Amino acid sequence: MISVAAIFDHAVTLALGILSLSFLVTIYRIVKGPTLPDRILGLDMLVAIAIGFIAVIGIKTGYTLYVDVAIALGLVGFLATVAFARFVLSRGKTEDDIIAEAREAVSVARREAKAAAKARSGGGLGGMEVRPAAGKTSERQDNE
Amino acid sequence: MSELLTLISAALLVVGSFFALVASIGLLRLPDVYTRMHAASKAGTMGSCLMLIALAIHATDVGTMSRALAGVVFFLLTAPVSSHLLAKAAYAVGYRLHSSSVMDDMEPGDNV
Repeated sequence: MISVAAIFDHAVTLALGILSLSFLVTIYRIVKGPTLPDRILGLDMLVAIAIGFIAVIGIKTGYTLYVDVAIALGLVGFLATVAFARFVLSRGKTEDDIIAEAREAVSVARREAKAAAKARSGGGLGGMEVRPAAGKTSERQDNE
Repeated sequence: MSELLTLISAALLVVGSFFALVASIGLLRLPDVYTRMHAASKAGTMGSCLMLIALAIHATDVGTMSRALAGVVFFLLTAPVSSHLLAKAAYAVGYRLHSSSVMDDMEPGDNV
């Protein structure tokens, strides 16, 4: 029989691991963008995860001052998001956003063309035809 | 009794971190700002609130417990406000919805 303390220790370790993983996933979204609101949303999410992380650390170390840190971080995160939202409103859309949207539209169109090619050859002749057709479609998209 | 509270606290920790992970996966996988906001602001808030509640249950003194619960209330109040502001700003500036979106109630020109 495992003792309660051991279960608790494992739960804390597991929670820290899962939170670290979600930190990494969120940071990937912040780096990748593609637009400014996406990045701001990622930062907001990062603050939320950090609050959870601080709570877990506070439980692990038994140092209760961490709760105040978590509350202060929540306040700062809220103010930062509000300020960023005002900034988005006053900045408007820039060329970077338009380029990012166009790039995304191209990738969506490419994916749809690939799926259509796959469906066409899959319905007609079967397995062998699929890959060349899909490759040709995506090359054509690239050249445009 | 205290063992039961420790077990509840452990369960809340794991569930809360799982919610945070789901929120960040939603942030990664969903197609546009607005749907990502739906993942981040609901599941993310839920995750960190559950972990703060776990801290409140685990704490032995009333001061820590009440501060953790105050943090939960504060976070529940501010998260919807900030993401609503961000969504409104993004929409007003003209970031478009993803092409797979079904309907847009704020579309200019159909203000019935």
